[in-house]
Amino acid sequence: MRKTLVVYLMSGPETPALAEAAVDAGADLVELGFPFSDPLADGPVIRRAAERALAEGMRTGACLELLAETRARLPETPLVPMTYSSLLEAYGWERFAEEACAAGATSLIVADLPAGDRPELRRIQLVAPTSTDERIRLAAAGTDGWLYLVTVTGTTGARDDLSPALAGLVDRARRATELPLYAGFGISTPEQAHAAAQLADGIVVGTSALEAAEKGAEALAAYVESLRGALDGAAVPA
Amino acid sequence: MELTYGEYGGRFVPETLIPALDELEAGWHEAWADEAFRAELDELGRSYAGRPTPLTLAERFAPGKRLYLKREDLLHTGAHKLNNALGQALLALRLGKRRIVAETGAGQHGVAAATVCARFGLDCVVYMGAEDMRRQRPNVERMGLLGAEVCAVEFGTRTLKEATSEAIRDWIGSVEKTHYLIGSCVGPQPYPEIVRELQAVIGREARGQILELEGRLPEVAIACVGGGSNAIGLFAGFLDDSEVRLVGVEAGGAASLGSGRTAVLHGSRSSVLADADGQVLDADSISAGLDYPGSGPEHAFLRDSGRAEYVTTSDEEAVEAFRRLARTEGIVPALEPAHAFARVAELDEQLVLLNLSGRGDKDLEEVLAR
Repeated sequence: MRKTLVVYLMSGPETPALAEAAVDAGADLVELGFPFSDPLADGPVIRRAAERALAEGMRTGACLELLAETRARLPETPLVPMTYSSLLEAYGWERFAEEACAAGATSLIVADLPAGDRPELRRIQLVAPTSTDERIRLAAAGTDGWLYLVTVTGTTGARDDLSPALAGLVDRARRATELPLYAGFGISTPEQAHAAAQLADGIVVGTSALEAAEKGAEALAAYVESLRGALDGAAVPA
Repeated sequence: MELTYGEYGGRFVPETLIPALDELEAGWHEAWADEAFRAELDELGRSYAGRPTPLTLAERFAPGKRLYLKREDLLHTGAHKLNNALGQALLALRLGKRRIVAETGAGQHGVAAATVCARFGLDCVVYMGAEDMRRQRPNVERMGLLGAEVCAVEFGTRTLKEATSEAIRDWIGSVEKTHYLIGSCVGPQPYPEIVRELQAVIGREARGQILELEGRLPEVAIACVGGGSNAIGLFAGFLDDSEVRLVGVEAGGAASLGSGRTAVLHGSRSSVLADADGQVLDADSISAGLDYPGSGPEHAFLRDSGRAEYVTTSDEEAVEAFRRLARTEGIVPALEPAHAFARVAELDEQLVLLNLSGRGDKDLEEVLAR
């Protein structure tokens, strides 16, 4: 079965074109970062990207417009805004969800809104190696379509090796749900992508995708192709 | 989510931290209900920290009033921060955490954290904004002497907000073996409650002392507010005494209660300096300890309920009060409580209790340069 490749991009004027390039190169789902000034879950690369995006005026309204533009280019691809509670608090929780949906969002990720809180807000839940089995069940029961496995005890950003905690987390999550499990945080290389996909149903890349995207659509496409190849089992480096 | 203080509080943090917060909350409630824990903390307060701290009548600073100062500046390490650090260190030991991570603005909480870690043999990492390291050099050197590792935060404003975010990120990556020793009554539940209870010793002592000295309660209890831990500690002694007016004093450029809006910062929903999109704004104050765009959720609740009121003092007024207290009373306050001193003269009431939360040695360079 095809493994799902999720690519995270920070909102910016180039985002619709970058998202299209990523999908053409083999991405199955695109997360769109709506930047927040104080993103606790993010390492330095995504933080700096958020800081730049805010300096460029990427506030909630502008991000929703970019989402709609991206949707116009990619009618079939799931698009998921990823952000923090403070933006929803300011915009209005329901209003944010409604307008994101109207702009083409497939679902939503709120990095600092744990499972169990605001269950009425449909979103993709995250679980981590530190989550108890009870919390994994709670997250699985409330999640929207798939479960996001945070592979590391830590923030976003590339690591040298695939987290050894992933295997155990996948086992525990499988016992809680039959929904697809996509692994993210700390996955950057094709080797790591391949290894993670042996365990999970898909992978999420953020930090390294942003670094590639900063070099332009071609660099992003080349990076996404390398991951697609690794996931498909073709051209897997030894 | 259970919001502890009316519509404020909560736990807006990544999932990774939720089990640790559950463990902390359970461990805290168990410890706080344990007489042996409380007795050990009280004994450390007496024999190590120097509690009880005295009340001093400041007649020359405030002629015509009876202004009493609660002398937390005389506490070991020179500020009220040690009350909280001692309690949380005991809690960390109880939870089996041997590594402490903390944030600091003025450096007073960092020094308190480094001090208790030295006292109990714990590893200590303190995150501090690079700009604050410049402003508060003596405290940086003290932390080093006490064996703490001070990590410069070169991100954003390079002040307390970014230092707090970095400390939380460290904790996200080290949560299994690390206790996050937060310095103020902010952060995700149960931190605002823990810090408030550990600082409540200030108000409890002061209430008894002023009753003994004056035979009545103060008409006003006043304290500076950054995150708000010294103020909540003072207020805690008088919350049920509806005749005591409670006044918090914010820095003019960091008035998160006076001119903030509801937003989410550092894991809790509170009154924050934020724009209409929920993006957190930069605070701006001469006082590194007040230079923070958020405030404790309980303060936001007390403001909304009308039980406490919050006013502001400018940088210039704080410096003037700093100099005047030195000249009139022979006491050099920290710049943070100098903000509270600046508002005393205009109070209508006569019997005033002010929390002198820390001493000003750390601020000499900053004040003398102006």
